[in-house]
Amino acid sequence: MTAMWIIIGYLIVLLALGFASNRVFRGTSLDFFLASRGVGPFMLLMSLFGTTMTAFAMVGSSGEASQRGIGVYGLMASSSGIIHALCFFLVGMKLWSLGKRYGYLTQIEFFRDRFESEGLGLLLFPVLVLMLVPYLISGVLGLGACISGVTQGAFPDTFPTTNGAVPAWISEGIIVGVVLVYVFIGGVRGTMWVNLFQNILFMTLGIVTMFVIADRLGGWSGATQMVRENRPSLLKRTFDPVDQPKIEAAHHRYEVRLEKWKENKAGPKPKAPVKPGIGQLEFLTYLLIPFSVATFPHLFQYYLTAKSAKSFKLSVVGHPICILLTWLPCVVLGVWATSAVLDGKPVLPPDADPNKVLAMAVKNLTGPILGGFMAASVLATNSLDAQFLVLGNMFTNDIVAHYLGKDRFTDRQLLTLGRLFVVGIVIVTYVISLSEPRGVFKLGTWCFAGFASLAPLTLAALYWKRATKLGAFASVLAAGGVWFWMFRDSNYGEAESYLPWGMHPVAIVVASSTLALILVSLVTRPPSAATVSKFIGPRPSLGVHSVPLRTLAGGMSGAR
Amino acid sequence: MKKVVIVLLVLLSALHQDFWWWDSIDPLVMGFLPVGLAYHAGISLAAAFVWYLATVYCWPRELEVSDAEAATPRQQRGEL
Repeated sequence: MTAMWIIIGYLIVLLALGFASNRVFRGTSLDFFLASRGVGPFMLLMSLFGTTMTAFAMVGSSGEASQRGIGVYGLMASSSGIIHALCFFLVGMKLWSLGKRYGYLTQIEFFRDRFESEGLGLLLFPVLVLMLVPYLISGVLGLGACISGVTQGAFPDTFPTTNGAVPAWISEGIIVGVVLVYVFIGGVRGTMWVNLFQNILFMTLGIVTMFVIADRLGGWSGATQMVRENRPSLLKRTFDPVDQPKIEAAHHRYEVRLEKWKENKAGPKPKAPVKPGIGQLEFLTYLLIPFSVATFPHLFQYYLTAKSAKSFKLSVVGHPICILLTWLPCVVLGVWATSAVLDGKPVLPPDADPNKVLAMAVKNLTGPILGGFMAASVLATNSLDAQFLVLGNMFTNDIVAHYLGKDRFTDRQLLTLGRLFVVGIVIVTYVISLSEPRGVFKLGTWCFAGFASLAPLTLAALYWKRATKLGAFASVLAAGGVWFWMFRDSNYGEAESYLPWGMHPVAIVVASSTLALILVSLVTRPPSAATVSKFIGPRPSLGVHSVPLRTLAGGMSGAR
Repeated sequence: MKKVVIVLLVLLSALHQDFWWWDSIDPLVMGFLPVGLAYHAGISLAAAFVWYLATVYCWPRELEVSDAEAATPRQQRGEL
């Protein structure tokens, strides 16, 4: 019950932040979607960091480290520290600059203009939405499961069929309801204030929990020593033969569970145990995954909120440090938990669900208060708000305003439309999540590869004068085609470890999209000089800036 | 200096691969962090430092856009 009260308190704080942000809301669509392009360095860092750190950072990193070992930090965290900052530096700032100069509100407006193509916008819109939706639904399902887990046994009379836990349809409804309220009333500023609070919560909590658990396990060295004696493979990136009997025993238990599951198919399908260790080629190619930050639509929207280019400085420098502060405690806790013994009993049962490792470790090794805060911080690690908002922005500006004509609407009407779209998207997401489409978890991880495969297109749009409209089409279609072929080849994400030629599939998808972009661009007509000058340089003079956008667009059409 | 920063970034990415600590637990840094993990924590700190150098020596000042150069709200709404 303690944990439940802490979560209720946490949700009330989120609502309060939403209402507080509404007090400085200027009542325009630009303020609702982009905070009037006035966000300073610290808030920008917190927003970009909070949005790139999904629940995976807290829960997934500990669970993954409990299976594959300390290499998870290098695989996902230190690589992100280098690549995310690179994307902020090369992509974020330039998009901000173009966005402010030419008034872009969405990613698709930018791509349409850069490649002088309405069709590219039509192709990209469904691609981006379809890749974002599974990500969104998996977030709702994960957070709903978290609340259900925390409230287990709290309401035995009210919810007897769920062992007293709040059922998923209520917990998911509460989550999307709270997010909807603060996005609806506060817009992007509301999401940024919430992000700030959430970041402070989960960064502080990870570090405090590591200290408390180290103390409970007899000190920092003692906790690591337990792992060295019990699961040495988890302290390096190769498999230690000492762990062979344990892996064989785990496989045997898995086969028994699988046979039982096949009889009545009740509950989730058991997962095969993972052999610790990471291949060198997998480690190298995984570096491409963080490039998804260059193309996430919700990050694009955050880039546009910056007050000035200088606002990005703190994000570029501070992001790797924020990742260190969040991931290091989680990875260490995940590894320690596998071998921790308290009063003669192991802290984790054999074959523990990796997604529950952190929760179980905190619950068994600390008290209910820290457990409650940990659950709240897991709820904090989501980017649902930013995703709801950007989808509302895309439907409003890329579809309605673009095709019906912006001049048909007053700004007030555009703001109302944006809010209504956010409500609609929240309802659709909630309804889909009620059908428990568990497969979206697997699809969600593949979506990262999909977004990363569009990074070459973004980089070329910003820096390669020769990148053409048909090259852009070829890049998107090649990425989509190869992505789908590999997704199907992996049995629609069911294959436990799908590493063609030892590489992460993202390497092949990115190589295909890059190759298609370069080859087709080189053999097709280059973009007009006006477009090259507008987007890549030399920078247009002030005289050109003063040319109204529509006149500029008309001129470009004429050039075509 | 710009070239030095670019070289440092390439070097950082190469050092990230870290095949030399792949099979090592020892030394335990501060008595509890396996060397492979401590090394990558160091990579995170080094990344912050190299990116700091990039903001000092490679900052693209030409990207700054003053309010006067920005699209006006009416332009953003397509009214002009």
